Amino acid sequence: MKYWSWWLLVPALLCGCEQPDMADQPRLETYETGAAFNDGLAARPVPEGTVARDQRPAATENPLPINAETLAHGREQFDVFCAPCHGRNGRGQGVIVQRGFPAPPSLHRPRLRRAGDRHFYQVIRDGHGAMYAYASRVPEDQRWAIIAYIRSLQLSRNARLEDVPRDHRPLPDTGEDPP
Amino acid sequence: MALILAFALVVVMVALGAYYFQSPYYSGVDRTPAQPVPFSHKHHVGELGLDCRYCHTSVEQSSFAGVPESEICMTCHSQLWTNADMLAPVRDSLRDDKPLRWRRVHDLPDYVRFDHSAHVNNGVPCEACHGRVDRMPLTTQKKTLFMQFCLDCHRNPAPRLRPPDAVFEMGWEARRGVDRQQLGERLMARYHTPSTERLTDCSLCHQ
Repeated sequence: MKYWSWWLLVPALLCGCEQPDMADQPRLETYETGAAFNDGLAARPVPEGTVARDQRPAATENPLPINAETLAHGREQFDVFCAPCHGRNGRGQGVIVQRGFPAPPSLHRPRLRRAGDRHFYQVIRDGHGAMYAYASRVPEDQRWAIIAYIRSLQLSRNARLEDVPRDHRPLPDTGEDPP
Repeated sequence: MALILAFALVVVMVALGAYYFQSPYYSGVDRTPAQPVPFSHKHHVGELGLDCRYCHTSVEQSSFAGVPESEICMTCHSQLWTNADMLAPVRDSLRDDKPLRWRRVHDLPDYVRFDHSAHVNNGVPCEACHGRVDRMPLTTQKKTLFMQFCLDCHRNPAPRLRPPDAVFEMGWEARRGVDRQQLGERLMARYHTPSTERLTDCSLCHQ
């Protein structure tokens, strides 16, 4: 065999350049299975009673500043986590309810309008009736933002023009309070 | 004669190699791994309109978007389709406290670091890498996820960036008459998107 014919091997050798070992290194990716623990999970469950480093003691009332930013954040989270059942308007006729899930009470009921923030906080954290706990999905700050938004939803059904600052009213201001 | 033959052979082998590395067999495009439960994004996202974040809860906070715990499935399925055989593995999983073994559809090589939160919080939509998930009866890989694919965007992110409220939307398009490139460049200023030089720095992804 002539010496140049060895060049034929070059493409064949190049085909071997892929290194699957580097693409799948001996480390554990999130949620991968690993043999280090008996249950085979790489992601370790958080032991009960764990306190996060920057965790504040549970607030009894909404610790967030009530402003447009908080409400926008609350609305976003409400639409993601609550609206499937409670509906975007809070009346409890979300798409999952339309598919047969037991309807939650409307958030506009007098009982829920009177309920304190803490009640909503506990329902989000621990669940209520057919509703599962959302503690693992909706972290502390998001819960309070959602509660602030629920309050604004409730208010939206019962708002009076006098509640709106004069310079934010949509109607031409006549200088007098409307009847 | 032998020389010509050898040359032809080299050409054929290079072509075959190129074909192989572009093929879906190698890239994984259209690959649909079998899952313990035939979960349909088409039903849950396309038809019911659930937000991505309802199940992939950590996508905005973490490098990993999060595969839903069986508890999340059972939030609805404790009441809906409670006797469906298809959902038996989910019920068993919650009862026995044993996670379902979902199979990864989008698996990047271990030598690249990808952070979901860095992307979705800066205007890169889910759809850019995952495709029209709302049309997938079974979850399928739709992009090559090659380095070329990443670089296409890192070299010129503008046309793919979206406003924050459209990141999780499927099939979003800019309003008609809006210059997509210009909109993207305004968004880049808003998100403080790093320079192309930084975005194409090796160490950005290969840490």
